[in-house]
Amino acid sequence: MTKVTGATGVTSVMSFGGRAWRHPSFAIGGALTLLLCAAALLSLFWQPYPPAAIDIPNKLQGPSGGHWLGTDSLGRDIASQLLVGSQNSILVGVVAVGIGLSLGVFLGALAAARRGWVEELVMRASDFTFAFPALLTAIMLTAIYGPGLFLSIVAIGIFNVPVFARITRGAANAVWARDFVTAARAAGKGPLAITLDHVLPNIANQLIVQATVSFATAILAEAALSYLGLGTQPPQPSWGRMLNDAQTLMFQAPLLALWPGAAIMLSVLGLNLMGDGLRDLLDPKLARQR
Amino acid sequence: MLLFLLRRLATFFVTLAVASVVVFAVLELLPGNAAEVILGDTATPESVAALQARLGLDRPPLQRYLAWVGGLLQGGTARSISYDTPTAELIGQRLQVTVPLALLAMALTVGLALTLGVYAAARHNRVGDVGVMAASQLGMAIPNFWFAILLILVFAVHLQWVSAGGFPGWSADDGGGVWAGIQALILPAVALALVQAAILARVTRSAVLEVMREDFVRTARAKGLSRRQALWRHVLRNAMIPVLTVAGLQFANLLTGTIVVENVFVLPGIGRLVFQAIGNRDLVVVRDVVMLLAASVVLVNFVVDVLYALVDPRVRLG
Repeated sequence: MTKVTGATGVTSVMSFGGRAWRHPSFAIGGALTLLLCAAALLSLFWQPYPPAAIDIPNKLQGPSGGHWLGTDSLGRDIASQLLVGSQNSILVGVVAVGIGLSLGVFLGALAAARRGWVEELVMRASDFTFAFPALLTAIMLTAIYGPGLFLSIVAIGIFNVPVFARITRGAANAVWARDFVTAARAAGKGPLAITLDHVLPNIANQLIVQATVSFATAILAEAALSYLGLGTQPPQPSWGRMLNDAQTLMFQAPLLALWPGAAIMLSVLGLNLMGDGLRDLLDPKLARQR
Repeated sequence: MLLFLLRRLATFFVTLAVASVVVFAVLELLPGNAAEVILGDTATPESVAALQARLGLDRPPLQRYLAWVGGLLQGGTARSISYDTPTAELIGQRLQVTVPLALLAMALTVGLALTLGVYAAARHNRVGDVGVMAASQLGMAIPNFWFAILLILVFAVHLQWVSAGGFPGWSADDGGGVWAGIQALILPAVALALVQAAILARVTRSAVLEVMREDFVRTARAKGLSRRQALWRHVLRNAMIPVLTVAGLQFANLLTGTIVVENVFVLPGIGRLVFQAIGNRDLVVVRDVVMLLAASVVLVNFVVDVLYALVDPRVRLG
């Protein structure tokens, strides 16, 4: 019996991998996301130039062999700043989605397990949190504590909590209505054990898809906050702030406004496509309907 | 229906009340002494005490909260610290830019999304559909402020058709005018509309596709209606329910989007106001603008819910 389960397990993982890379959205999205991760990893060990190194005599140069994407108004290397900026985007995505995922899944699962007034309270609270988009929260926090990366991550994370709470509750309620949960309850399992053993494994797919999409949204939100000067602070390079700098030099060096935007777009596109692909692959029923 | 309306109305007011408590707590209680935050580290104790008295910070929190909410409800708001004008007046002026911008962007969004979404659904799984879906993926990935910068790059820097930002004002006396005002808002509205339209076009497409599979559409076709006739007479009307819901919810995104885009184009709207207020540590303005924006989001959600229930009886029964 165990042998058989083991065998199908291995085959299903292999066939999933095979199917996944033949799925066009997932393949393109996955490749772009891998590229983002590779850029961040590479920048930890190597950059063409130190990203904050000022070199005034070589300022505002176009792309060349020495500086692949040129230099900015202080002679800093654009390619190096882009590479290091990818660390920032990944950090924001991981932490903000982490906050949303951990708190949101906890609250959503609690609502589904308890129902009644707990569910009502959690859902009303998440409705309420939607009244404060990440940008508004960030504006309030920045007005008091001054701008910074930490606060912008917190603001984006807070906004992610109700997103995950709603999805978890909806999906978990459906699992709680299934026969195998009734059987588990009849066998004497408590709500916590049922949530851990049956509910969470059965809704993991939906959470993975949402996490991918939320990751993309977090990158966009952080870029907007950094562009406004409310997020990442100098000298730490960030794609949003590079665009702000570039805007002031649009007449002298229009190319400067292209690279960071393209980096944001490709990262977000990659994550969104990967999310779409995962949704199709993990939920074949949905894929057939489309 | 009446019961649903009353319940929803009650939730609406409770949400607003809780939002006001949160804004008050974050901006007035959390910092400890707001006067110190506003004046910065270099302030003398005397100036801090003077500002405290001016802002009424020496009163108990509950009294301050009630005075603030009472002021908002009656239009008698506190004076901005940096402009020395009542915030209601400041916000009123700035809304003359933000509201037309948001409406223009919304109109563009809906127009573009309906056209593309219906087009894609009518050509399901053919080249046109794939093209629209690919374009909408790109549209969703482009940050609105970057798209705004690219628009400036093309239309202001290269072609020099429009100025790179700024707003001439609505009246001819200030050197502006209605047409000049609209012209200044076109590029910002396009930048705002792109992302929203990309999302809404997908919603429209899948809503239309779903309705096309319904029995009544097959009946209409069997009755002798052409594909196009069935689409216009039966499908679109029924597909509009989810589309309008999402469009309503997007209005909230649009309002916060204006904060960013107004800053790209240096438009004197609400977003620019709150952004400058942060720079000036003008907590009074930040508080009132954040409250206004949060209240608009709550209001729009409320209106969407009620409209939805009017159109679809299943919602109010559930």
